[in-house]
Amino acid sequence: MKFGTQIVALGLFTFAALVAAGFGVDEPFRQHMWVLFFVLLGFVAVLIRNTSFEAAAPIDPSAYMDGPIRYGAIATMFWGVVGMLVGVVIALQLAYPDLNIQPWFNFGRLRPLHTSGVVFAFGGNALLCTSLYVVQRTCRARLFGGDLGWFVFWGYQLFIVMAATGYLLGITESREYAEPEWYVDLWLTIVWVAYLLLFLGTILKRKEPHIYVANWFYLSFIVTIAMLHVVNNLSMPASFLGSKSYSAFSGVQDALTQWWYGHNAVGFFLTAGFLGMMYYFVPKQANRPVYSYRLSIIHFWAIIFLYIWAGPHHLHYTALPDWAQTLGMVFSIMLWMPSWGGMINGLMTLSGAWDKLRTDPIIRMMVMAIAFYGMSTFEGPMMSIKTVNSLSHYTDWTIGHVHSGALGWVGMISFGAIYYMVPKLWNRQRLYSLRLVTWHFWLATLGIVVYAAVMWVSGIMQGLMWREYDEQGFLVYSFAETVAAMHPYYVMRAIGGAMYLSGALIMAWNITMTILGYQREEEPMPGSVPTLQPAE
Amino acid sequence: MGLMDRHALIEKNATLLLVGSLLVVTVGGIVEIAPLFYLDNTIEKVEGMRPYSPLELAGRNIYVREGCYLCHSQMIRPFRDEVERYGHYSLAAESMYDHPFQWGSKRTGPDLARVGDRYSNVWHVEHLADPRSVVPESIMPSYAFLKDTPIEVKDFSTHLVANRRVGVPYSDDMIAHANADLMAQADPNADTSGLEARYPKAKIGDFDGNPQQVTEMDALVAYLQMLGTLVDFKNYDEAAGYR
Repeated sequence: MKFGTQIVALGLFTFAALVAAGFGVDEPFRQHMWVLFFVLLGFVAVLIRNTSFEAAAPIDPSAYMDGPIRYGAIATMFWGVVGMLVGVVIALQLAYPDLNIQPWFNFGRLRPLHTSGVVFAFGGNALLCTSLYVVQRTCRARLFGGDLGWFVFWGYQLFIVMAATGYLLGITESREYAEPEWYVDLWLTIVWVAYLLLFLGTILKRKEPHIYVANWFYLSFIVTIAMLHVVNNLSMPASFLGSKSYSAFSGVQDALTQWWYGHNAVGFFLTAGFLGMMYYFVPKQANRPVYSYRLSIIHFWAIIFLYIWAGPHHLHYTALPDWAQTLGMVFSIMLWMPSWGGMINGLMTLSGAWDKLRTDPIIRMMVMAIAFYGMSTFEGPMMSIKTVNSLSHYTDWTIGHVHSGALGWVGMISFGAIYYMVPKLWNRQRLYSLRLVTWHFWLATLGIVVYAAVMWVSGIMQGLMWREYDEQGFLVYSFAETVAAMHPYYVMRAIGGAMYLSGALIMAWNITMTILGYQREEEPMPGSVPTLQPAE
Repeated sequence: MGLMDRHALIEKNATLLLVGSLLVVTVGGIVEIAPLFYLDNTIEKVEGMRPYSPLELAGRNIYVREGCYLCHSQMIRPFRDEVERYGHYSLAAESMYDHPFQWGSKRTGPDLARVGDRYSNVWHVEHLADPRSVVPESIMPSYAFLKDTPIEVKDFSTHLVANRRVGVPYSDDMIAHANADLMAQADPNADTSGLEARYPKAKIGDFDGNPQQVTEMDALVAYLQMLGTLVDFKNYDEAAGYR
C-alpha cells in the first residue's frame, strides 16, 4: 500500500500531539500542540486521499528527482513574500506604534517571525531546493535515499510552521535567529541530519569523479549549521510537557556561544550556502566557466576557517573578556579578503560575457547580488573595528548592514537562481515575461538603496546624538528625543522595504504564470535579437 | 606535485571533504569559547549577586516571551555617555545567573541593565499599559494585557530545578518554597521573612495596583525593579574583584 507506513507513523504523532495539547503544563504549550495536531491531521488526510493499493510504478534510477525541488521553488517564493510582508509590517510599527496589536502581533513577537521567515523559511528553502538541484546535476546522480528528499522538504516546512506559530504565542528562547524552543529544535536536528544524509549520499553515488566546487560550499554549510545549531540550543526544559527551557550556559559564556552561532548563521547559512548557489547558477546563466579554479580553492578554505572566529565582534565593549573581543575583530578584518575572493571569482566569471548585462535581466540580478555581497563584506569588517563599533553598535546602522547583505546578496542571488530553475523544472521554453524581471530588478535595487541609505543616516545620527555633549559637559539629548528623531527615517525605511516587497510580488506573479504555462507576448529585450544590417 | 594538485584528492573524496571542513570550522570556537569556562578572570568576584526570586524569574520569563531584548539592551558599555545615562558599566558577574543572557543587540529603547529603583511601580504599570501616556515620544507597544493575565503557577519549582541543573545555586529550601515565595512577594500582607532571607534585597509588595490577584504585570515589574540593584557600587572595588 502506498504511504502505509507514513500514515501510521504520522497518525501516532498526531495522537501524541493531541495528548500533549491536553496535558501540557503551560498555556502557550497547549496552544502550540493544538497547532501541531491540526497540521499533522492535515498531513494524514492528504496522504490518505492520495493512497492507492496498486503496485507503484517503477522509478527510473537514472532520472533526476525534481519533485521536492519544484515544491521547494514554490515554497521559497511563498515564504519570501510572507517574510518580507512581515518585515514591512514591523517597519511600519516602528514608525506608527499604534499598529501593534497585543499580544500576538506586538513588535517583540513579530520581529523573530520576520527574521526567521526570511532567513530560514525563504533562504532555507532556496538553499534546500537549489542544493538538491545542483547536487544531482553536477554529480549526474539521482537523489539518495528514495523518499528522503520528500521527508526533508516536508519536515522543514513543519519546522517553519512550528517556529512561526510559536513566536506569535510567545514561545521563544530569545537567542537571536535561534529562537525556537527545545522541542522544535529537536525536530530541526532530525530534519537537518536527514538533509546531510541526503546531500552526502547523493555525492557518494556520483558518476562524476570530481566534486564540483558548488557542492563544497553546500556541504560545509550543512555540516557547520548542524554543529552550530546543536551547541547553541543546548538547554534544560522545565518540563517535558512545557514550552519553557533554560539555556545550558549563562551570562558571558552564553553570549559568546549565541554570537558564535549568530554570526555563523550569517557566515554559513547566508554566505557559504549562497556562494554554492553562485558557483552553479552564475556560470550556467552566463554560459561561461568559473573564472579561477585556484581562487575557489583558496577562498573556500579561508572563508570557512576565518568566519567561525568573527562572532565576538557582536560583543565589543561588553563584559566579554577583551582578548576575545580583539581576536574577533582581527579575524573579522581578515575575513574581508576571502569574501572578496568569492566576489571576484563570481564577477570575473562574466569576463567575455559582459554584454549580457544589457540583454539578460537575470544575469543583471546575479551581478547586482555579487556587487552587494562585496559591498556588505567590506562594510562588515569595517564595523567590526572596535572604534567604529562603539558608534554603530545598538543602532540602525547594524540593521542597514544586515539588509544590504540579506536583500542585496541573499535575496537577489536566490531570485536569479529561481528565475533560472523554474522554466527548466517545469519544461517551459522560457519565463512568462523577461520584462517583468527587469521591473523586479529595478524595484528591488532601488528598494535596497533606499533602505540602506536611510539606515546609515538614522544609525549614525542616533549614535552621535547619544554621545553629544554641550560645552558645559552635559549630555545634550534625552533618550526619548533620539527616538523622536528617528521617525522620518523609519517611514522612509518602510517605503524602501515596500518597494522590495512589491518586486517580490511581481516575481511571484511571473513565476506562477510560468508554471501555469503562459508566455507573455512582449517585445524582446533590446539587443537580445541581432538586428539585420543593410548590405552596403 | 604542487599543493593545488594535492587538493584534487579532497575534490574526489566526499568523506575527506566533510571531515576536513568540519575540522577547519571547529578551531575558532574551541579557541575562543572554551577558555571562558575555565579562565578565572572571565568573571570577577562580586558581592551581592544571588539567584532570581521566583517572582523575578517569572517576570524575566515574560520579558523573554515578549521579546523585550529586541529593543532594550542590558549591557552598559564603559563609555562616559553610557555611564552617565545608565549608571556603572555592566559587570560579567551581573549576568552570571542569566539563562539565557539578555544583553541585547539593539537600542530602539534605552538600556535597562540598571532600570531598577529608577521609577515607581505605578510609573512602570502605567508605562507598560500605555507607553505614550508617560513618554509621548515612545514607540513601544502596549502591554496592558499583562494586568489582566493571572500568573500561571502550576508548579513553579520545576523552573528552579531546571535552573539548578544548569548551574544556578538554588537551595533545596528555595525550591521547596518556590510557589509560596512567588505569591508572597506580590502580596503586601504576607509573611515574607523567609523570602527576604532567601533572596536579600528582594522588592516586596503589590506591584500592579491590584492586590487581589498576582498578575503577569506584578512579575514583570518585580523583575524590572530589581535589575541592576544587587551589586552595591558604593562599596564596589574594581581591583578587589579582579582575579
